[in-house]
Amino acid sequence: MTTENIYMLVYGVIYLLLLAVTAGILTVVERRIAGRMQSRIGPNRVGPQGAIQFVADVIKALQKEDIIPTDAYGFLFKIAPYLVFMGVFLTLVPIPFGAYVLMEDLDLGIYYVLAMSSYVVIGLMIGGWASNNKWSLLGGMRSAAQKISYEIPAALAVFIVVAMAGSMNFQKIVLAQGASPVDWFVFRNPFTFIAFNIFFIAALAEGNRVPFDIPEAESELVSGYNTEYSGMRFLFFFLAEWGNLVVIGALVTCLFFGGGTFWYEWVVSIPAPGREPLQFEVLGFFWFLFKTFFFVFVIIWIRWTLPRLRIDQLMDVCWKYMVPIGLFSSLGIVIWMYVIPENSGIDRVVRIVMTSLGALSVVYFHYRVYRNMKVTKAVFYANPFV
Amino acid sequence: MITEKDVQSRVEITPLNGNEILVNMGPHHPSTHGVIRFILYLDGEICVRAVPDVGYLHRSIEKIAEGMPYSFFMPYTDRVDYVAAVNCNLGYALAVEQAAGLEVPERATWLRMLGSELNRINSHLIGVGALAMDVGATTPFVHAIREREYIMDLLEIQTGTRMNNNYVRFSGVCQDVPQDFFSKTEKFLNHFDLFLGEFDRLISTNKIFVERLKNVGIVTGDQALSYSFSGPNLRASGIGHDLRRLDPYCFYPDMDFDIPQGVGIKGTVGDSYDRYIVRIEEMVESVKIIRQILSKIKEGPIQSKVPKKLVLPEGETYHRTEAPRGELGFHIVSDGKSTSPYRIKIRTGSFASMTSLAEVFKGMMVADVVAYFASLDVVAPEVDR
Repeated sequence: MTTENIYMLVYGVIYLLLLAVTAGILTVVERRIAGRMQSRIGPNRVGPQGAIQFVADVIKALQKEDIIPTDAYGFLFKIAPYLVFMGVFLTLVPIPFGAYVLMEDLDLGIYYVLAMSSYVVIGLMIGGWASNNKWSLLGGMRSAAQKISYEIPAALAVFIVVAMAGSMNFQKIVLAQGASPVDWFVFRNPFTFIAFNIFFIAALAEGNRVPFDIPEAESELVSGYNTEYSGMRFLFFFLAEWGNLVVIGALVTCLFFGGGTFWYEWVVSIPAPGREPLQFEVLGFFWFLFKTFFFVFVIIWIRWTLPRLRIDQLMDVCWKYMVPIGLFSSLGIVIWMYVIPENSGIDRVVRIVMTSLGALSVVYFHYRVYRNMKVTKAVFYANPFV
Repeated sequence: MITEKDVQSRVEITPLNGNEILVNMGPHHPSTHGVIRFILYLDGEICVRAVPDVGYLHRSIEKIAEGMPYSFFMPYTDRVDYVAAVNCNLGYALAVEQAAGLEVPERATWLRMLGSELNRINSHLIGVGALAMDVGATTPFVHAIREREYIMDLLEIQTGTRMNNNYVRFSGVCQDVPQDFFSKTEKFLNHFDLFLGEFDRLISTNKIFVERLKNVGIVTGDQALSYSFSGPNLRASGIGHDLRRLDPYCFYPDMDFDIPQGVGIKGTVGDSYDRYIVRIEEMVESVKIIRQILSKIKEGPIQSKVPKKLVLPEGETYHRTEAPRGELGFHIVSDGKSTSPYRIKIRTGSFASMTSLAEVFKGMMVADVVAYFASLDVVAPEVDR
């Protein structure tokens, strides 16, 4: 074993633990947010404000009997949750949480992520099939159809980013953007904005999140592919689902929101990102995490607001809307880049207009919320820890 | 895993064709709200045939009635439809009063109406909330439950219990309301108007929600009549049939309220969205009725004399009321000698709704099966009794 291999192993273990703990904390956070949205408290007993509720949950799940249905295909039934978890975990490898905080700087990072995220499908299908339960089977088949379909719009959206950045390397994609919103890909031009929307929706669908949670549609398929799972194995499905939230958030941050790039040049005169002093590296890392968890919050928020689509509507959204729009945009971006060179006058104007529109929509959103609260005479509780 | 043999023991099972799979939805399933079971023949996502299987919650309520005096049966009527207990109390009391020719004091009638309209809102909240949850939105359900808590608090003040109220007595009600009850109700209604607006913005106009419900499970007016639908489900199919108007009881003829009907607001008349929106509108109407009751109710006795040994004259009587889930009819047969009924038959709306399932489910997707069933607002104990 070379030194490099040992480093990789250590990194891997650290990442694994971090992802597991983050996913665990996210389950608690999600339940607290859901509680707040639903006029209730949520878990607040274990630890301060219920912060280590997930530890209690894990301990509970570990104590459960490991039930494997008699008619299940034992071996496949056992490995399915680990395949799913592995698929989610491996997507983290090339994502740069900071200039140095990444496991491996892959030149084909985006290809790798797309490939690994479809790996999850295999696990879900195996889990659905090996359970020998019709609900599980239906869930597994649904998830396969859904994930494979949504790979395509996601890939098209990513193509737009790749075209803009000129690279499939995540580091280079981040470097092609900047710290300010005008430099982010999402506000670069209309096509990247469309790409962001397509990618975010497709990522929700690939992560089995509401409104695309039909593989585990609770009210229809009992629990979908994980119906027969209990204890530790169920926990792995769970971990994968919440770990996936981090992955989605991190990917969106990297591809469209400038990654961890901070306003270094405003603070110190070191222009080249990736060579900052340590404190700025740490700052960038937390800036990245902040953006990531903002998107995680948005996903959680969507989950507790929207109903679920039906399977044919889901397929319609993908094939009738997102794929054509994605194709159109990927054609559009090529023409755009040819016609309007980067950093030309028009490009700058477009960026500023797009960013202002984005800011305006945020303001409008807050105005709507304020107006709704006035109409319903709702009281705003600022303290999140009630 | 269920085998065909298990299924055959309860319902007739037909052989599977081609790619069909037999799926057992229920009796323990998140969307069957209690213990109702469907046997679905699925071809992929499409439900080719379906067999509803009722009876898992059968408690012989009708048979129990034969073994006890009339008044003792009142608490059992709570359990016919536990979501709308006062309505069931009222239906039974009115049937017995009709047979025995008993007089009811004015204030008691107002209180009965108040309780049953509060319970109607309560029940519709559960109905629309559960529908939202069955199409995947959790938060509207919890918001509906939250408002229901306020109603249950009011009912607790009025009747003494939150659920299974056992409130109505023959020729009266069991207790009068405290002084501040009316102001509290008024306060709740003001709050509830705001809530309904918020609920509409949250879910009723939600694009996905509308897409999931519109043109799903269309039941035309003729079909609805042939399934003997009643209540909101019938009205959603475009037939303005409301027993509070057509066969009035209590003081409903004096009340000024509209009868909401399905007009195919987003899709076709009689689709699931119509059934949803009719319930929302009915809550608005109930609020109107309660406001009128609050303005009209006067002091007075709440109970008049009832013979200690109540014996109904020989013969049959049928009285029907408009419960939240449709016509609630009590058919009482008396032999003229005993203090207990010879036979009681309860006609409920949920059971009638169940008759439509086998036909409407044909050709639906699994997700629509759930949505249609939830839109009928069936409560399992009311189906089986």
